[in-house]
Amino acid sequence: MYVRHLQVSDFRSWERADLAFEPGVSVLVGPNGQGKTNLVEALGYVATLGSHRVATDLPLIRHGSPRAVVRTAVVNDGRELLVELEITAGKANRARVNRGPVPRPRDVLGILRTVLFAPEDLALVRGDPGERRRFLDDMLVARAPRYAGVRSDYERVLKQRGALLKTAGAARRAGRSGDISTLDVWDGHLAKHGAELLAARLDLVADIAPHVAASYAEVAPESRPARIGYRSSLGESQPEGFGRPDGPRADREALEAAMLTELHRVRPQEIDRGVCLVGPHRDELELALGELPAKGYASHGESWSFALALRLGGYELLRGDGAEPVLVLDDVFAELDRGRRRQLAKVAAAAEQVLITAAVAEDVPEELDGARFEVRHGEVHSA
Amino acid sequence: MYEGPVQDLIDELGRLPGVGPKSAQRIAFHLLAAEPADIGRLQDALQKVKEGVVFCDVCGNVSAETTCRICRDTRRDVTLICVVEEPKDVLAVERTREFKGRYHVLGGALDPLSGVGPDQLRIRQLLQRIGNQVDGKDVAEIIIATDPNTEGEATATYLVRMLRDFPGLTVTRLASGLPMGGDLEFADELTLGRAMSGRRVV
Repeated sequence: MYVRHLQVSDFRSWERADLAFEPGVSVLVGPNGQGKTNLVEALGYVATLGSHRVATDLPLIRHGSPRAVVRTAVVNDGRELLVELEITAGKANRARVNRGPVPRPRDVLGILRTVLFAPEDLALVRGDPGERRRFLDDMLVARAPRYAGVRSDYERVLKQRGALLKTAGAARRAGRSGDISTLDVWDGHLAKHGAELLAARLDLVADIAPHVAASYAEVAPESRPARIGYRSSLGESQPEGFGRPDGPRADREALEAAMLTELHRVRPQEIDRGVCLVGPHRDELELALGELPAKGYASHGESWSFALALRLGGYELLRGDGAEPVLVLDDVFAELDRGRRRQLAKVAAAAEQVLITAAVAEDVPEELDGARFEVRHGEVHSA
Repeated sequence: MYEGPVQDLIDELGRLPGVGPKSAQRIAFHLLAAEPADIGRLQDALQKVKEGVVFCDVCGNVSAETTCRICRDTRRDVTLICVVEEPKDVLAVERTREFKGRYHVLGGALDPLSGVGPDQLRIRQLLQRIGNQVDGKDVAEIIIATDPNTEGEATATYLVRMLRDFPGLTVTRLASGLPMGGDLEFADELTLGRAMSGRRVV
């Protein structure tokens, strides 16, 4: 698929911008702070209904405007769809496809699929485990939108159960017995939704691991081999083999049973501490270079390469599912050395469409020759 | 900001569910311009809703007398009880005209975040109802019709556990799935996913 046209109004710093793209390479060049990233962020918003930079929608709307509008024409298999999103602060967004309103904005998910690599992605390697869990969950939703529902169901049960544990813990500390008669019920629901999420993540890790290893070897050929693995909070209760490329597909029922066993085992601690200690919200996607964990041991360049390999792995996986996603490389060439730039350029040059932002044109390897746009003083000019 | 009583009224109206600041302002100025007799009727209605409405001794539904109209109706099947969260759910099931049994209103769902546990719901009363015979007949079936969301599902599971020990009692749960009269293509993934996993052999 490729983006043929992008138009934004009152989005971030842009009062209005209008860009026509072709398949292949497009490079947005301009000094810092001119709004290059804002443009690719708008495309990311159409693809995921979220920003890779902020958690809320308010900063996306140009200061002083009531709403921002993103309008983009996406060509998929020769068929063009026009997606329009109206982002209003504090209110539900509105969406239209081919000028016809759709009942829910999330109905536009799947029309445009992007894989975006940005400086913020360094947190995938160096940040908290939550960053890596979000990476997995976002991939799940990109592959099957249904998982957005599974994820929110799980989070809801988690909150309710957490509230119950807190009151039970407080009651116990005050010398009362506390009401935990419903804890079994919440355990059951936590295990049900948790096992579904866990099974999906394990299968995803099994699917993506070979792609990540291959991408890393391409981007950083002189480095040690990269491995990823999933460590669940189930400890010894977890059935063996799930989540590995050569292992069996994850069995949801087995995982649900394992989660219930583990919940039962740690219950006294959970009530003592008033927090939920078992479930996919405490799991970790482990990244390793050779025998050592990436976090704390990888060099700056290796961390960058690993983050890039995760994104490229996701890109390869989505491509394998059909409907090749649009690759977006936001301000990343400046961070990579010459060899890594070359390798990334090789992967990017083969993509159906790749959108690149860079502060100086010299940062972009010459293999990535394509359309150029100058972004300066709130205007875009085709160079 | 308006002065004095008008702003007080807007603030009070704005606290109601489904009323935003703009609507609150509109209603307040409508009331300001209304005939005294209309205001009087509204005042009476508000007064009575707190003083005059009682909850049915048997099912917990809102009622004008100690036992509600449905529980007094001898034509209805006493062996069948439909368990719902709120009085408005009774009305929803009644609109179907399919159900000829009686109701039990829990008064909410399990919701630890809001501090609602089994003791805050009318679950004990339900168990008593099942234990006692009415007109010499035992309760034969409990239909659990709590909302199909996290809290409603947890409440349903809890009830199933509590009701397991009654011999000969059938416990059922409302089916969830596709709305009638709808098109498959317009169903959201969650609903369609549930309908898929809850499919049945025909």
